[in-house]
Amino acid sequence: MRDFVYHHPTSLDEARLLALAEGAMLLAGGQTLLRDMKRGRHAPASLIDITGIVPKHIELNEGGASIGAGATHAEVAGSAALREHLPVLAALVDHIGDPAVRNRGTLGGALAANEPAGDYPAACLALGATVHTTTRKVPAAEFFVSGRTVLEPGEIITAATFPIFKRAAYIKFLNPAARYAMVGVFASCSADGIPSIAVTGARAQGAFRWREAEAALTSGFVAEGLRDIRLSPENLVEDLFADAAYRSHLAAVLARRAVALAGGPAPGVVVLSHGSRAADQQAVTREKAA
Amino acid sequence: MAAVSMIVNGRVVRGEVEGRTMLVEFLREHLGLTGTHVGCDTTQCGACIVHVNGLAMKSCTMLALQCEGAAVTTIEALSPTGKPLHPMQAAFREHHALQCGYCTSGMVMIALDIARRFGEPDEATIREQLKGNICRCTGYHNIVKAIAAGARAMAGQHA
Repeated sequence: MRDFVYHHPTSLDEARLLALAEGAMLLAGGQTLLRDMKRGRHAPASLIDITGIVPKHIELNEGGASIGAGATHAEVAGSAALREHLPVLAALVDHIGDPAVRNRGTLGGALAANEPAGDYPAACLALGATVHTTTRKVPAAEFFVSGRTVLEPGEIITAATFPIFKRAAYIKFLNPAARYAMVGVFASCSADGIPSIAVTGARAQGAFRWREAEAALTSGFVAEGLRDIRLSPENLVEDLFADAAYRSHLAAVLARRAVALAGGPAPGVVVLSHGSRAADQQAVTREKAA
Repeated sequence: MAAVSMIVNGRVVRGEVEGRTMLVEFLREHLGLTGTHVGCDTTQCGACIVHVNGLAMKSCTMLALQCEGAAVTTIEALSPTGKPLHPMQAAFREHHALQCGYCTSGMVMIALDIARRFGEPDEATIREQLKGNICRCTGYHNIVKAIAAGARAMAGQHA
């Protein structure tokens, strides 16, 4: 890894100015960025550590849930307010990475990284979240663009707000080695019946809304509505673990299951992998509902 | 180079590090605390887990400079020379939860984090919580048993 200058400013204003320098990058929990720097994917001249100066409080208000960008995954997953009012999000975050990564990684870092198999971007898209930065508020649908984000130099994510959904579920099928989502599908249905389906892990550009699936659900939020829907294998990720046809198939299967789960008596999060037993799948569902 | 100071295993330590110096490198190469290991160096295997301000973290994926002023606990603090093994370490020995031992310090450090959060976790919880720790020898079975037993012993101590 190429060396860099490390800064730990004490205010967002100071961080913003430092981040405007040539070759500067912002550092939050570092669970994606430091790994990518080891791989040579980034070689910043300076890192601006914003840990401790970005808000991290979590609160519920009429608009929904507001989560400070500095909140770690462990803090979000453990938030009593979220577990009560938006349990699907707390459960999703409780399955990002692993426990040690969740103690360090943050909401803001995950959104800025927009990883191809990220869980948070799928949740933001399907729940219609809004990303708050030091300069503006951006709907999630406009925030994530083709493997990147619309963040400008010096712009810092301060929070994300999520409307409350009763009908919402996330199902992911894990990569057998690294255990991130080979494909994940987040399904939600608003109180007035508008469906959202977001898919992650399937495209190199990151999570996206699956408009065809959503259109097939407008007359009723039931899994049966997706019977004939297929995600085109074109432009899907192909790797050692799954080709495009497999990911296409997974997306359709997981979308039907996610819709059934979201519309059922116990919405929540299910994590599947090779060798998952049906009994385990049901157990997870029950646990999340409890 | 930049100055850094932190509290490692209860002792204030100071050093001069580069921006890119990871915490694990500082612990092993500057302080000589080689109980913390580097396995994959890609945030997956957990051999490098230490506690930072009481929370398990992967020391290969955090900068030494990010730990300025922090309290870091490594495997060396659990049973100082001449003292008996920590109950979790004793459980690993009792249940034969290691073969080559390379992953063990990370396993013990995450085991303590699991015990902190779950008290006396069941088998499914322990297996789920070991997602970020890789062992290539044991098949995990005895590690899971050891963590259950170690957590039980710790709960008994506190009672």
